Formats: sequence, C-alpha cells, structure tokens
Amino acid sequence: MAKQAKQAKKVERLDQVVIRFAGDSGDGMQLTGDRFTQETAGFGNDISTLPSFPAEIRAPAGTLPGVSSFQLHFADHDILTPGDTPHVLVAMNPAALRANLTDLEPGATIIVDSHDFTARNLTKAGYTENPLEDGSLETFAVHAFDLTSMTVEAVKAFGLSRKDASRAKNMFSLGMLSWLYGRPVESTQSYLKRRFKDKPQIRDANLAAFSAGWNFGETTEGFAVSYEIKPAPMPTGRYRNISGNLALAYGLVASSVRSGLPLFLGAYPITPASDILHELSKHKKFGVMTFQAEDEIAGIGAALGASYGGALGVTTTSGPGISLKSETIGLAVSLELPLVVVDVQRGGPSTGLPTKTEQSDLLQAMFGRNGEAPVAIVAPQSPGDCFDIALEAARIAVTYRTPVLLLSDGYLANGSEPWSLPDVESLPAIDPAFADAPNHEQENGDRTFWPYQRDPQTLARPWAIPGTAGLEHRIGGLEKADGHGNISYDPANHDLMVRTRQAKIDRIADSIPLVEVDDPDGDADLLVLGWGSTYGPIGSACRRLRQQGQQVAQAHLRHLNPFPSNLGEVLRSYERVVVPEMNLGQLAMLLRAKYLVDVIGHNQVRGVPFTASELEHVLTTHLKELHA
Amino acid sequence: MTTTETPIETVAVELPAGLQGIPLSPVDRTRKDFTSDQEVRWCPGCGDYIILNAVQGFLPSLGLRRENIVFVSGIGCSSRFPYYLDTYGMHSIHGRAPAIATGLATSRPDLNVWVVTGDGDALSIGGNHLIHAMRRNVNLTILLFNNRIYGLTKGQYSPTSEVGKLTKSTPAGSVDHPFNPVSLALGAEASFVARTLDTDRAHLTEVLRAAMTHRGTALIEIYQNCPIYNDGAFDVLKDRDEAQARLVRLEHGQEVSIGDRTWVHDIHAENPSQAFEISRLDDGTMTHVPIGIFRQVERPTYDDQVRDQVKKAQAGGDGDLAALLAGRDSWSVD
Repeated sequence: MAKQAKQAKKVERLDQVVIRFAGDSGDGMQLTGDRFTQETAGFGNDISTLPSFPAEIRAPAGTLPGVSSFQLHFADHDILTPGDTPHVLVAMNPAALRANLTDLEPGATIIVDSHDFTARNLTKAGYTENPLEDGSLETFAVHAFDLTSMTVEAVKAFGLSRKDASRAKNMFSLGMLSWLYGRPVESTQSYLKRRFKDKPQIRDANLAAFSAGWNFGETTEGFAVSYEIKPAPMPTGRYRNISGNLALAYGLVASSVRSGLPLFLGAYPITPASDILHELSKHKKFGVMTFQAEDEIAGIGAALGASYGGALGVTTTSGPGISLKSETIGLAVSLELPLVVVDVQRGGPSTGLPTKTEQSDLLQAMFGRNGEAPVAIVAPQSPGDCFDIALEAARIAVTYRTPVLLLSDGYLANGSEPWSLPDVESLPAIDPAFADAPNHEQENGDRTFWPYQRDPQTLARPWAIPGTAGLEHRIGGLEKADGHGNISYDPANHDLMVRTRQAKIDRIADSIPLVEVDDPDGDADLLVLGWGSTYGPIGSACRRLRQQGQQVAQAHLRHLNPFPSNLGEVLRSYERVVVPEMNLGQLAMLLRAKYLVDVIGHNQVRGVPFTASELEHVLTTHLKELHA
Repeated sequence: MTTTETPIETVAVELPAGLQGIPLSPVDRTRKDFTSDQEVRWCPGCGDYIILNAVQGFLPSLGLRRENIVFVSGIGCSSRFPYYLDTYGMHSIHGRAPAIATGLATSRPDLNVWVVTGDGDALSIGGNHLIHAMRRNVNLTILLFNNRIYGLTKGQYSPTSEVGKLTKSTPAGSVDHPFNPVSLALGAEASFVARTLDTDRAHLTEVLRAAMTHRGTALIEIYQNCPIYNDGAFDVLKDRDEAQARLVRLEHGQEVSIGDRTWVHDIHAENPSQAFEISRLDDGTMTHVPIGIFRQVERPTYDDQVRDQVKKAQAGGDGDLAALLAGRDSWSVD
C-alpha cells in the first residue's frame, strides 16, 4: 500500500460523498461501514452514518429480506445527515443490488461483487435477467469485479477453508474503497490486529485481504481516478466517532462519576437498546452493576430498588418494553425516587419494526400511566448529544427525585458522528444531597423525619436511604399524606399531592435553558420546530433554503416535559410553525393543547429518517403559501 | 416516626452467613423499637397479626442496626406489613417485590432485606420474579403468607386454592390446579425452603432464625388464616389431635415415615429430589403436611458474585473517565 504509488492515477477532488455498503446479513457490512467510518473520521472529514439491517439475524442468504446496509456521508464541510441518496452503492450480491437500486439517482456509481451473480442467486433476488448484462444499469457507472475470487486468492497462503477465506471479502472491498477515497488505513489494520489477537490465521487473512483490496484498486483499470475529500474545518480539540447508544452509555457512566452514585442498570435484552446493556456491562471498573433481568418489569423494578438504596438506577428499553415498564414508572412517581428510563424508540405498535426508527412514544412517555403521573422527558438531537442528554436526565432525576424518560431512537442509537471529547472536569456535577438528619420538629419539640417534606425551591422530597439512622420510614404506592407521609385517603390531601407532583415537574423548567431559535436574519416568518433525531435533516433542509436566499427559522427541543419556559412566546412570534415528526403528530398535539398555537405537522412513519430534500420540498411549499 | 440516635462504630462480631456485612446495633433493641406508630389495619382475627408479632419479637434478637433492615412488599393484605415495622420499608406494586429487592440487595450488601408477599402476589402476578429470585439465589428472606385466597380484592380463588373452591369468581367451583409453593420453590432450585404456621410462633421463630444463617434466597411459606374469606383453611393443622396425625415435623437427620415409605431427612442434600418428594406428601387434602426446613444448601449468591466482579475489576484502581471517552480511535484537530 505504498501511498506515493497512487499518484499514478488521476485524483479528482469532491466536496462530499455518500456511500452505501450492502450485502447479506452475514457479509459483515456493518463492520465494513464502521471501519470505513473510523478511517474517514480519523482523516478529518465530517461524517454522519446510517446503518440499516433486518430484524432477522440471518435471513436466507441471497434473499431481499436478508440485505443489511450501512450508509456513510462524509464531506469537507459540516454535515448533519447521512445523506439523502447514495452516490456510491457497494453491492455484495444480486439481492443487495436489487434492494438498494431504487434509492440511487442516475449517474450514481455501483460497485458489485460479480461472484454471486449466478442464475440461482439472481432468481433468489427476483431477477429474471442478469442486470449486469441486460443493460438495465446503463444510467449508472457500474464496476463489476469478482471480489470473492480475488479474496480467496489473496488469502490462500493462510490455509483457510474456502468459506472462511471468502468471508474476508468485506475487508477486500474495504481496502478497495479505502484506496478509492484516499482513506488512511492504519486504524483498520490496528483494529484487525486487536480484534483477532487470539486468531492469528484469521487476523493475517483479513489484513492480507484488506491490503489486496487496496492494491487492486490502485492497479485495476476499472478505476481511472481516485478521489480526494479534504478534511472539514472543525473547532480545535480531540475527537472520536461515536454512535448514539455508545454515547448514551458513556453519559450514564459520566453521570455516575459526577454524582458519586454507583450506576445500577436493570435491563432486559431488546433491539435496539441492548447495546447500552452490553456496553455498560464492560465498565465494572467504574463500579457499574448491570442486571439482565427476567423481564422488562424486573429490569425497571431492580433499578428502582437500587435507587431506593442510593444508587443511580437506570433501565433501558425499546418498543413494547416501555409499555411493560409503565406500572413501575407510576410507582417511581409516587415514591418520588430518582430513576432514568431510556427508551430507544423503534417502529410500533406492538413488535412493529424492531430495527427501524420512529418517534412514536412521546405521548406514551407523557401520559402512559394510570392516574395523574407526570414525569420529566428529555430527548437527544444527535448521536453525540446522547452523552449530554444522559447527564441531563440524571441531573433532573436526582435533583427532583423523579423518573425521567429519555427518548432516543433507532436512528440516533446506531447512527454515528464525530464527537468532540468533553473535558471531564467541566462536566456538570450532580449532588445527591441525601437526607442525613430529621427535618421536622414535633409539637413536643422532638425532631423527626418527614419523608414528604419538600424542598421549597424544587419541591423535591428528601432522599433518605436505608442505613441512615433515625430516618427509618415507609414509602409505597398508596397515596401519602403531605409532609409526614403516612397513608392518607383524605380527599383534600390527594388533590394537594396530585397538584404538587405536577408542580414539581413544572418547576424543572426553572433549571433548563430557554429554547434558542436559529433565525440568522431574524426576519423569518416560518419556524420549523423539531425534537429528537430530526435535528439533522431539519437543519440540513434549513441550510439549503437559506442558500437559496429563503428565510426560515429553526428551533429544536431537547426538553419535552416540561417545555422550556419561553416556548409559547417563541411559537407565537412566527406566522407559521411547522413540526416535522416521525409519528402522526404527537409533539404537535402537545403544543396545540398547551399553547393554543395552530402548528402544522409534517409526519412520516416509514421507519427511516426524513431526508433533507424531502423537508426542503415541504418547507418550500410552506414558504410559497406564506408569501403568495 | 422516629427520633435520631447517635451513630456508634460497629463491632466486629461473627454474624450468621445471611447477615454478614450488616452493621450491628450499638444499643439493645426491643420489640417496641420495631413497632411503627401506624395503626394496624388487618381484619380482626387475621393470621397476619400473629406473624407481625412474631417478626417484631424476633428482629431485636438479630442485634442489627435497625436502619439497615428493609422490608419490601408487593400488593395484598400481607403487603401492608412494612408499614407496621419501624425499619426502612417499601410497599411496592403487585408481584414485583422480589425484583425490587434484588436491585436493592445487589447494590447494598450492608442491608438485611426481607420480602413480604402473599399467594396471589408471589405465585400469580409475580410468579416470574419469585422463581428468578430463587434461581439466582439473591440474599433475601421471602415470607410468603399463604391463605389460599385473594383477601384484599374480597374473595376470589388464588393459585393455591383447592380445585372446586367456591368463590365470588368461581360460583361453579374453581377448575384451576393449585401450586404447592414448596414444590415450586424446590423446582426453581431455591437454596433454602421452609414451611411454617402462623399460629405456631415457636416454630415460625425457629425457621426465621435458620433463614438468617442462610446466605441466599430463603423462601418461607407461612400458612396463614384469612378469617373473612377463607376461615379455617388450616384448622385441621391447628387442632391439637388432628395436627398430631397430619403434621410431619421435619428435622434434619431425622427419619420421615409415611405409610411404607421412610426417608432420612437431609436438608443439605445437593440433589433436591428427596426434598421434592417430601413436599409432595401433601396431596392437597392436608392428610400429611410437612413443616420445617425442606432444603438448605450452600450456593454462591447472585449479589455477592455481582459485587465480586465489580471489586475484581476495580482491583487495579477506579476507571479513568477521560480515557474511556477518548477510546482507541480519537484524533486531534489543531
């Protein structure tokens, strides 16, 4: 892989590229995409990624349902989305080609492994003719190579079975693409050495395949040029690439470190939240305890039990898992104990679309419990923001002694972006402020402990953990009397307690930032308001409109309950407010109900994120109507 | 409610296995110290009163700091138990107490954690949590009050009610086959399984004491009379003459003889088969009802092992957050 040799071919400069790697679920496309991402991030491009895989682990090989893909957008400038349509499709078999072809625009580049374009595999993918030969791909730039055979040839020295040898074809393609886009290769090489430390044969075969792929790219006449995408200007600092689930797990560890509370995760495996459990189970060095429970209910139950004992109790789930946790969230509302409930939203209802993204749990988070049971709700806006939002969820939970619902989604969970490493010492500190002494004086002058005597500012009740002498008390799901906390069926007390629990959640607004509006010229009359993972596509669409000279304002909510205190004023100061959501209008419903502002929803539930061009089109239509 | 007490350094004394790691009380405690100021609101004549009394009488003998004792309950008549004890307590939700207690016990080795539950709470809505707590062997003492009826919901049959039982929800007789809670616990490989009676305070206390020597989940089934919806369910075991014939008092190392079968009762047998066979002596008619300890075997507890893994990981020092966040593939922009 002599770098100087590549100068032999012409190098063309591009400002951005969207590549999609696609193959069978077992072809290692996620790994290929992930390594290409690392190389690209390390090179200094801005990046945004979107993995897409079926819910089935290994659907029948060569069929459409088994196709797994990984899309990567990288650029020499600041980008916000994984790209609307791939410029380059790498397809490892006919099914991968067929499943992704409709997403391509004419002129796109297609690189295929021709090895599997046999009559049998073509039939499995639903082709009656070979698309590489029938002229159906003539609007694209097609590069067909027998990558499998070249891989097998490249690794034959290592004595692997043909099957094992051909499995290294993903590394061959990665090597080839790395050459094509001038990616640095060291991080992949050291990754392979680490990953297969104990399997030298596999390690060497993968390294050889990777290297052979690079060399093939350089020497083949199939590629006349290679491409250069300069690093994007970014603020100085140290960066890494991070996915939402990883950032969320790290944010929870950081919350534990910054609060001094041991982290206890109770969780039941469910896609796409499981990676948070996997990640946290590695961090026992930080005192993290992970409990893989017998079910979703036990997961949150154990977390609440740990919170009661003075730990930072966290539970993670997705899809129907959040429904199963409802009753325990209600108990946590009644007990007024800190609890972080992470819901990595996916397509619903029921099992729905386990590996696809959606934002349809907002109203469940808001209202999905019996009784008046308000909770705080926060949502991250990008993969890296999952770190900050985890800290924010922990801060609110601990300060206000309340369950906090953290709504991530499948797109954020698996998508990734460059992340500026925070200075650990300047992360917010969280004060558990455990109760350590009686807080009430009885008529006879004795001091006693009242578990529901509240902090006048936050309305939070004291957190007196077992082991604290003199503060022995009983809590539970039955209504408690204000102050002393004994069981109470008194009508006026219940009314007071219901209103107080609501008021406590409302008070959180005093501690959160005002919503900021990005309105460069300050004279837009259209506001686009989003929450969660739509930040990227909305931001991207707004940039495009501004480049066309249009005025549009953007604001994004990270706090969904309570809302930032200036939100009503912001909404009312625009002539039109459009709210794009991957649901049928859940935030829009809350905004209309609370502020009586006639916001207009733009809704889609296709299991995939909005594209910037789609939103650009929608917003253009609104602007035309406004200015007609 | 309580008044403050001065914390005093704990004394290092060899505690029974189940209580190791829990600080000792600097002062002698009495029943009164464990009695909360709440009015007990069970029905007159309820077996729960006797059990409460026995537990309040038993706790001072442990010598533990009161603030390190926690009772967690679910929902049902029995689950009001924590309100009446002046320890830490949580009255939680239906069936979930073992899960909540698992999180508490795992994160706090210095607590003596009890679960109070009933036949509906533990065996119906919470059956899954119960078997998994026993399977994991979390260091908990579970008191299962079995009155063979739903009391708090006013008299429906429970998972331990006999077939044919006439209740509000089964006017033509229940067709549900009941659980034998001891057999169930043995099937889940619980490491400590016992049965006792609400009215036999000496026996109940003896079983509780044995449970405290056990590290792991101790499941204690307590036959408890509901005077309102299932009165007299266990009368045949309480009548002096009848009890003599029906109760099979289990003692480790002693013979158990029923008909032509004889076993030497070995509570420490690794294989639970014999204990299970003994648990089947009661065919539902209460002709032969074994009480006492069915099984007590040593097995690593879930919570000890979780903490050991954490301790081992921390042996070389605590985690470095900055290093964790940076990972292996970070880069600088200058």
